[in-house]
Amino acid sequence: MLVLIGILIIIAGFLLRFNPLLVIMASALATGLAAGLDIAAIVAAFGKAFNDTRYVSIIWIVLPVIGLLEAYGLQQHARSLIGRIRSGAVGGLLIGYLLIRQIFAALGLTSVAGHPQTVRPLVAPMAEAAAEAQNPALTIAQREEVKAYSAATDNVGLFFGEDIFLAIGSILLMKGVLDGYGYQIEPLHFSLWAIPTAIAAFVIHSFRLWRLDKRMRAPAERGA
Amino acid sequence: MITLGFVYVLAGLTFALFAVLGVADHSNSKRFGNGVFWGLLALSMLVGDYLGDFGNGLLVLALVAIAGTGQIGRAPGGDVPAEIQATRAARHGPFLLLVALIIPAVALAGTFLFKWLPGLADPKQATLISLALGVLIALAVGMARLRPPPLLPLQQGRRLLDAVGWAAILPQMLASLGAVFALAGVGEVVGDLVGAAIPHGSLFGAVLAYGLGMAFFTMVMGNAFAAFPVMLAAVGMPLLIMQYEGDPAVVAAIGMLAGFCGTLMTPMAANFNLVPAALLELKNPYGVIKAQIGTALPLLAVNIVFIWLFAF
Repeated sequence: MLVLIGILIIIAGFLLRFNPLLVIMASALATGLAAGLDIAAIVAAFGKAFNDTRYVSIIWIVLPVIGLLEAYGLQQHARSLIGRIRSGAVGGLLIGYLLIRQIFAALGLTSVAGHPQTVRPLVAPMAEAAAEAQNPALTIAQREEVKAYSAATDNVGLFFGEDIFLAIGSILLMKGVLDGYGYQIEPLHFSLWAIPTAIAAFVIHSFRLWRLDKRMRAPAERGA
Repeated sequence: MITLGFVYVLAGLTFALFAVLGVADHSNSKRFGNGVFWGLLALSMLVGDYLGDFGNGLLVLALVAIAGTGQIGRAPGGDVPAEIQATRAARHGPFLLLVALIIPAVALAGTFLFKWLPGLADPKQATLISLALGVLIALAVGMARLRPPPLLPLQQGRRLLDAVGWAAILPQMLASLGAVFALAGVGEVVGDLVGAAIPHGSLFGAVLAYGLGMAFFTMVMGNAFAAFPVMLAAVGMPLLIMQYEGDPAVVAAIGMLAGFCGTLMTPMAANFNLVPAALLELKNPYGVIKAQIGTALPLLAVNIVFIWLFAF
């Protein structure tokens, strides 16, 4: 039972916003002590695991390429692609953005879009303008809702696209943790199993965007 | 034959150059902390196999001490001005996207190629080796056409890494914690507890506990990565994978995505949920979460059903 103290420490530590690296180390030490290991043995066990899972941190070798491409305007180019989504309707516009965001994320291009990069300067204003065109008498609450859905669409697209990429942090983390239990699994398997959920996320969120679109129609148009 | 060792040398050299460039950046008041942090990571990548278990443990303690005492940080500015980026984007846009696509294309093609042509690269590590080759090819193609100052990719890459900061090693630290949990037998203890709470022999009950637990712990901690080793040790490994012989790839992959559903519903994940509300100047700071719950809940249910359908 005592070994569960590590789980309590990690939950409390994250909840109380301590530095996560410190929390993880404290959790490992407490868990090891509770299991009857001495400090040196725990440090060695953690060191061995850290060395065995170094591949989890090799994803950062892509940064020089991303840095080069962004210095030459990759984000601007992505923005101009998003700006070309041709849909006068707020629902169609956000569904188009959801699809682009998911595809970019699945290709490992998670940072070409995002809240500061695309949602605030581009997607939210475009969605608001589309909603206004649909219903000139848009209320403040409706404007807020459209903006909130713009940010929500970015999150859904990112979360349920990125895990299809072969070497994103979460995939390598899963590989690392399962390695610790003696299961060696290729990253491709995790990627493939992310696809059904990616499709479900697209369908569910698109349905909700379609309903948002209905709500943003003028009452006369809804036949009310 | 290319092995994972090649990837570690490449990563080690990259981190070493980031460390040197970081120390040379006088505009950053924490340049020495950054230099030591990325330098230690370079050391781990390059010679980790020769440091011994305890030596590696001390290295980790040093990394944690530097990050935990706030010794690393980023320098302000350094962005290429927006107008210059826009002019360059108008000229190179489609080419930039093409270069970006080289990395996943090579990673995927190499994964299959190295299995089909054994002997070229370690087939067990085909994806990671292919990813590294993809990075090198993309960099070479980009440099050949764009002809930037030679250090520009490394300087910009370092700025991006400084923006990530200590979080760059969070997944690796969590994976290591998972190994300590495994060693200490955390899974067996929680498995017994959870096993007692779930009606005996109920596979669906175990899947439900796993999926809901992943989402719940993610909501509490604000981080699906942190919830993953906990829930895997607690329910995924002892019950779903060992007792019911579920496919570990499915249990892990879709379990993580169940955790992401939790991320959509919690103010603890401030970067995704609260910061955008502030950026968009919403009156309700929880407006984004409110817009996400209607997607997150049905998707969580779908994930739980997917695990039940696909893993067994």
